[in-house]
Parts: sequence; C-alpha cells; structure tokens
Amino acid sequence: MISYVLRRILYAIPILIGVNVLIFSLFFVVNSPDDMARTILGNKNVTQAAIENWKQENGYHLPLFLNTEAAGIAQLTNTIFFAKSVRLFIFDFGNSDRTGISIGDQIKLRMLPSLAIAVPAFILGLLVNITFSLIVAFYRATYLDYWALILCVITMSISALFYIIGGQYLFAICLRLVPISGYESGVGMFKFILLPVIIGVVSGIGVGVRFYRIIFLEVIGNDYIRTARAKGLSEVRVLFKHVLKNAMIPILTGVVMTIPFLFYGSLLMEAFFAIPGLGGYTLEAINAQDFSVVRAMVYLGAVLNVAGLVLTDISYTLVDPRVRLG
Amino acid sequence: MLSIVIQNSIVFLLLAAVFSLCAWFVRQPYWPTAKRSLMRNKLACLSFAVLCLYASAGVFDSIVWRDSLTDARGNPVFNAHGEPLYQATPLSLLDRMCTPIRTASEKTYSAPLAAVQLTLESIQLDNGTIVRTAPPLNYPRRHLLGTDKVGQDVLYNTLKGIRTALIIGVFTSLIAIPFALLFGIVSGYFGGLIDDIIQYIYTTLMSIPGILLMVAFMLLFGRGLTQLCVIMGITTWTGLCRLIRAESIKLRELEYISAAEALGVPRLVICGRHILPNVMHIVIISAVLNFSGLVLSEAILSYIGIGVGPETGSWGNMINNARLELARAPLVWWNLAGAFVGMVGLVLPANLFGDALRDALDPRMKG
Repeated sequence: MISYVLRRILYAIPILIGVNVLIFSLFFVVNSPDDMARTILGNKNVTQAAIENWKQENGYHLPLFLNTEAAGIAQLTNTIFFAKSVRLFIFDFGNSDRTGISIGDQIKLRMLPSLAIAVPAFILGLLVNITFSLIVAFYRATYLDYWALILCVITMSISALFYIIGGQYLFAICLRLVPISGYESGVGMFKFILLPVIIGVVSGIGVGVRFYRIIFLEVIGNDYIRTARAKGLSEVRVLFKHVLKNAMIPILTGVVMTIPFLFYGSLLMEAFFAIPGLGGYTLEAINAQDFSVVRAMVYLGAVLNVAGLVLTDISYTLVDPRVRLG
Repeated sequence: MLSIVIQNSIVFLLLAAVFSLCAWFVRQPYWPTAKRSLMRNKLACLSFAVLCLYASAGVFDSIVWRDSLTDARGNPVFNAHGEPLYQATPLSLLDRMCTPIRTASEKTYSAPLAAVQLTLESIQLDNGTIVRTAPPLNYPRRHLLGTDKVGQDVLYNTLKGIRTALIIGVFTSLIAIPFALLFGIVSGYFGGLIDDIIQYIYTTLMSIPGILLMVAFMLLFGRGLTQLCVIMGITTWTGLCRLIRAESIKLRELEYISAAEALGVPRLVICGRHILPNVMHIVIISAVLNFSGLVLSEAILSYIGIGVGPETGSWGNMINNARLELARAPLVWWNLAGAFVGMVGLVLPANLFGDALRDALDPRMKG
C-alpha cells in the first residue's frame, strides 16, 4: 500500500515539471520580459532605460536558462528560470510585480474564503446529485425518468451566469433573505456563503444527475443485483446497499472530473459575491495585468489538480482492494 | 477590401468543408440505421431545425460587403482617380436584413414594445411649462426586446451574438480535432515510446485547469476571437485525444487490422484507411456534445473580461453590460432576457441533438 502511494506521488513529479516548463515558456519565452515591462509600465513613452530599470528591480534582468557570465553552479541558478520557476516547486511564489506584496502570504490569507465556498458546494453537490440520480434510476424507463432527463438537459443548457444573476436577484434583492455580496470571517460567514453554495449545487445538478444515473444503470444491469432482488430484498435496500456500494469506483472517477470545474466555479462565484478568495485574487490580477500573480495561480491550480488526481487514485485502492495490485 | 474577400472566402470554404463532411458521413454504412433512429426522435428533429436556423443566421452574418458612398442625390461618389469610394464599415447580409431595427436607435433604455422612453426627462411644452415625463421614442412599438443603455435594439444585439457563438463552437473544434485525431491514433496504434510521450504531453496539459490556462493565454495575447478559439482548442483536444487513443487501442487488436498488417500494408496507411474511419463517430459525437460547453465558456470568459473584445457582439458581453441592471429601478430585464433566450435557444437544441446523435451512432453509450 505504502509503495503504491509513493509510486503514485513520484509519478506526479514529471507532470509538475512539465507544467512548470510550460508556464515558464508561456510567460517568459512567448512573452519576453521586455514585453512584460512595457505592459506594466504602460505602453506609451517607455524608454529602454526605464524597462531595464524595472527588470533590474524585479529580477527579470537575468538570462532565461544559462548565465554565461557566472561561474560554476551559478551558471544555472542565476537565471530567470531558476529564480522564478524552480522556486515554485517549494511554493516560493515571490512578490507581485504590481504591488510588491508577497504572493504566498496573499494565498494563505485567501485560501480560507475560497475553501469555505468550494468545499461545502462540492460535498453538498455530490450528495444531492447522487440522491437525485438514485431516485431517477429507481424510476428508470418511466415518464418520471424521461422528464427528469429533459429537465436535466434544460438546467445544463443555462449558463452559470444566469443562475448567479437570477439567484442574487431573487434571494438577495427581492426576498432580502441574504446579503447580496461580501464576506466576513467567523460565524458571520454563514449568511454570506449560503447563496453561493446553493447556486453552485443547483447549477451542477443537470450534468451530475445524468452522469451518475448512467453509472447506476450500468451497475443495476449486473447479475448480483438480480440475485439481491431474487432473495427478496426491497428495492430501496438494493439501491442503497448493493448498487451504491458497487458504483463507488465510477463515482470516484466522476468526482475527479469535477475537480477542474471547481476553479470555474470559484472564479465566477467570487467575482459575483465579492468574496476575497483565490478566484477573486486571480480576477484582480487579470484586471491589473499582474503577470506574476497569474503565473503563481496557474501553477497552484495545476498542483491542486494533480494532488486531487493522486488522492483519487489512492482512494480507489481503499474502495476496491483489487486495484492495489495494479 | 482584401480582408473582406478573405473573410467571405473563409465562410464559403467552411461551408464547403461542412457539406463535404456531411456527404462523407451520409455514405457511411451505419448512416441508414442512425438516420432512422434520429428521425424517430421528434425532439432531435426539432432541435436540428432550430440549429439550422441559428446556422443560417450565423452564415448570413458572415457574408459581408461594403456599400459605396453616395452623395445627397443618391449617386455614387468617386475619388480624384475615378475609383469609387466605399463606406468605412462593411455590413453583413444579416445587418441588411435587420435594417429596420438596426438603424432605429433611441437615446437610452426603453421597455419591450414601449412607445415612450423608460427614463424621465424634463421637457418644455408648447405653452412654456416644463414637465417631467418620459419622452416618446423615435420609433415607438418597434423594439421587440426594448433597447439597451445606448438605445440600441436588444433583439439586434442578440442576433449579432449568434455568429460569435457559432465561430467559437465550430472553429475551436476544427482546431482541436486534427490534433486529437493525429496524436490519438498514433499513440493508440503505435504504442511504446511514442505513446508515452504523447500521453505525457496531454496529461501535463490536462493537469492545468482549463480556465486558468485560458486566463494566462488571454492575458498574454490580448482579447479576441482568434486567440479565444486557439486557446479553447488547446484545452479541449486533450479530452478527445484520450478517447481516440482508447478506441485505437481496442481497434488495434481486431482481426482486420492484423490481416492488413499480414498483407504488408504500411502502418501509416492502416492508420488512415482502417483506424481513422472507425473513430470518426467518436469525433462527431464529442464535437457536437462539446459545442454547447464551448458556447457557455465563451459567455463566462467574456463576462470576466478575457473573452472576445468589447466591440464584438457576444452574449457574454451583453450580460457583462447588463450586470447592474437588475438592481436599478425601474427594473431593466430585457438585456439579460435577450442573452438568455439567445443562449438557451442554441445550447439546448445542441445538447438534445448531441444526445440523440450519440444514441444513434454509438448505442453502447446510450444513457
């Protein structure tokens, strides 16, 4: 078990190196430090001296990969690649080019509000989707099934933007049940995260129910389910005990598929509800054209994603012992 | 002038490509069964009709030409060299069809089919008294969906969003499909080191959350339709590539491939002649199913300010401009309603048709 976990973690390292090189080439080779300086200083009336000065201040004056002027190991370490990209491996994100504030500190500060929305929305969404899809699977091949599926297609055809705008209008402006936007740490947080979490769950129902329904129908077609029915178990017991348990592996795969979409959600939700999380931080950086912050967020997003994949693979082995051999 | 010629030729080339693809598709042995299954599905037929309407609106909006400048009497104007002069901005066929609502601009907001403006103004009457009232519109009862902040017809704006959405959906797929096909088939059929390298490339790309990669790309290359299509292509080919690779691995083990190998057919020819046609149904299914996701993503990206430029008519931009309108009094809902109807009208049929197509072409995947 431990060797499997170790192997799985080691397998993630080349991926992260690849991500790092990709980000580096996107931000420094495709878009040279000179271009970056010009964007940050304002495109008009920038002298070459000002560009050099800015690069010197922010550490972009070094060569990209190989510093021929330095000696020994410094040939490799005294470069932009080492200073800006290799440091990412130890989560040293450096300072923002715009404000000079440490990105790492900002991330620590903004992690909690982001998690406060993403985690409840994720867990609640999973529970709701699985419950609904079990119900739909229970009434398979009936009118309820048919119309539930049509309803799912309709809900997934509506842009998330409309769920947010509509929800805000209905619950915050018309009914005044919750504040429109904002955030507060501690217990007061509840009333601020309620609406984003509900909207996150509702907007994901269509895709989720359709996905899990297919999984459940596949499991229901198996012989052992017929056996369970034949020995006189009630349909509810069959569904919750036998079907649900055996559907765990595909469900886990489904969970992995939703992880990347959490970033979409957080970006939108935090923008609409003025929540000071990581998504909001990324949006601010986009509007301010703060390359260093966007670079850090892309890398962090990839790390979280890869970590999610590794965790899922490990949880496969917990759910199904047969996987452990592989 | 040249850009207009190029744009029109691209449109016709694209149409020709789509028609030849359809013609190829209809000649496939599985088509008659698939057609029967599709025709039985009333919802799918209806969806297809709606999609055709949207497609024709998009094509009409892509065929553009410039009118010649005219003087007050309607005669064309020539420059010193005797060459005719043209208007600065070209108009599309759709623009010309919409002339009654395109040119009917008001001063600011007006409700759907209203005769008076939404906001009050101080107006001096003939007898000299000043009253606060809603002034009558220049074109009363003409705006089916009202007008926006700068007095433009909302229905016209909604129609202009169709082309952007279709371009995003179609061009992105056209960028992604060749890559996915090439890498997927090569990776699945050849295996070994090539397979490892290709798998590594797409796993790396997939591990960066798509939205963040798009954000970085748009930040570096600026807003625009082309950039958006390219980056969405980069983020979507990986998923398709994985599907095609899995299918190619399955096909590789089948007897007819072994037979072709035994007869000495070159391996690249096997890829093109025997594997490619047998993975095409996956390409078609996932292109149609991805289409709606791409349209929805475009709206989200334009909304957060990294999608198409503000001068391009798109539903995301419409929503972005209307984001504070629900909070104002009196309520302005028709901008959002226009974008909503435009988007649902395209995405819902695309989803329904995509599902029906999947059931028809690949009954194993039937839900």
